Amino acid sequence: MVEGLLSVRDLSKRFGGLIATDGVSLEVIAGEIHALIGPNGAGKTTLIEQLSGAMPPDAGAIRFGSVDITGRPQHERVRLGLARSYQVTSIFPKFTVLDNIALAVQARSGSSVSFWRPRDSETALFDEARRLIGQVGLAGRETALAGTLAHGEQRQLEVGLALATQPKLLLLDEPMAGMGPEESERMIGLIDSLRQNVTVLLIEHDMAAVFRLADRVSVLVFGRVIATGDPVAIRNNAEVKRAYLGDEAAT
Amino acid sequence: MRRAPVLALLALAIAFPLVAKDYDAIYYVSFASRVMIYALAATSLNLILGYGGMISFGHAAFVGAGAYAAGVLLVEGITSAWIGWPAAMAVSALLALAIGAVSLRTRGVYFIMITLAFAQMAYYLTVSMKAYGGEEGLNLPSRATLGFGLELKDDVTFYYTVLVLLVVALVLLQRLVHARFGRAVQAIRENETRMQAIGYPTFQYKLICFVIAGAFGGLAGALLANQSNYVNPSLLHWTQSGMLMIMVILGGVGYRYGGLIGAVVLLGIEELIANHKIAWLAALLPNYQQHALLGVGLILLAVVLFAPQGLAGLFARPAPAGNGRG
Repeated sequence: MVEGLLSVRDLSKRFGGLIATDGVSLEVIAGEIHALIGPNGAGKTTLIEQLSGAMPPDAGAIRFGSVDITGRPQHERVRLGLARSYQVTSIFPKFTVLDNIALAVQARSGSSVSFWRPRDSETALFDEARRLIGQVGLAGRETALAGTLAHGEQRQLEVGLALATQPKLLLLDEPMAGMGPEESERMIGLIDSLRQNVTVLLIEHDMAAVFRLADRVSVLVFGRVIATGDPVAIRNNAEVKRAYLGDEAAT
Repeated sequence: MRRAPVLALLALAIAFPLVAKDYDAIYYVSFASRVMIYALAATSLNLILGYGGMISFGHAAFVGAGAYAAGVLLVEGITSAWIGWPAAMAVSALLALAIGAVSLRTRGVYFIMITLAFAQMAYYLTVSMKAYGGEEGLNLPSRATLGFGLELKDDVTFYYTVLVLLVVALVLLQRLVHARFGRAVQAIRENETRMQAIGYPTFQYKLICFVIAGAFGGLAGALLANQSNYVNPSLLHWTQSGMLMIMVILGGVGYRYGGLIGAVVLLGIEELIANHKIAWLAALLPNYQQHALLGVGLILLAVVLFAPQGLAGLFARPAPAGNGRG
């Protein structure tokens, strides 16, 4: 198997009697958009939680670049270049869009244990934040309170927060969740534009989007990766059809 | 708050002892010192409670630890304020580090209860310190010495010393709130999970914030000990923590002058009810002075109902579009 930017080996996580992650092995290669699909309850978000460091696995190993990050706390993983977005929007609703992004820029540009200099006087910080706001398509909304944005805009901000940490690998947990067709189209364009600079592990339900964006696809069912391959191979894979459509359709 | 009224109030505070001396009202200079010390303590609590979202119900432990540290040093013959007061801050900071390291791992009501429990442990520790007065408390030989020809024994000098420290503390904490650290702490209050996901070690940030608040609480304690020449365990009692919380809520949670306004109003009302018979009120309710706490409770209720942002929320301009509140 190709050595990836992210390699996951035999990752397991169990909640009581439920095995949410059942020996998952996965390679994400630098530069690719790797989609992770699977029916509801397959354990996609649980996997993201473990990869990002929000939840410790019971067993297995996660390597990022040349570093074993299995036991590293989340903030160290972010410093190494592994950032995530959330399926359920998680932003700072009472702060402006600019403040939201500036917080993420601040996190990776020097120490934030600084007590005297007013943060708002750091022009470099805000220039960078404005550039990112433009990149995620929120130009003109800088001074709006994040909580007042439309749902689609909040999803763009959600991705912007992760992007502002300057990740090498971006874990996107259903970025199109709850979006209308027009908003989805904008998000697809945004993810597509990241291709040159950032490796992406994309969890997504919208199959049309997955097959347009993904270089490779992995299918997660009941906590196991049952197939990995290019979109055409996955589309024709009998086991995947069975998992998605039920036994009758596959036979 | 706008700049002009603040400067006017500061000018008033500077002029107050000079006027009071002429009117033979030195008692009020002393009272005002006490109010300012409590303002400092409440302001330090407001840093963690208002800006950091950490609802600590044990702040009296830090005030009390500072008071005892300063008091014990005075009893042991170390009289310089330049040693005693920083030492008090250090002791309280260390106590905050220990308490915070454990309690900041909990959330919500558990955090409230565990800070309360630690503070009560500190309270019983002082009760059992027989060498330093135990339950009776500790009488201090004199106030600390400041040098430069300044005599803290003089109530007016003491007043100005407290005023300077309060102003310095307010400026320092305000810089902190608007600096990178303060912005991060306020964002942790809003969404800690997301702050971790964008790369902040949030536990460390909260702990640093907790320790800073503890240190300023300790300074307030040292000043309290010096003012009354006396320390006793009741300084650490949970009712003291509750009073500091009431000051913050009354004044304005997360507002720059919330602690100050709360201390002035709460102690002012207590003083008014306890030591001044208001004729029309006495005519209405002959024994009202025996029910001072009821009055304070009613006022607190009114503030919570009609000014949920606290009194500072009534004066301050609406929150700016940034993440500071005032």
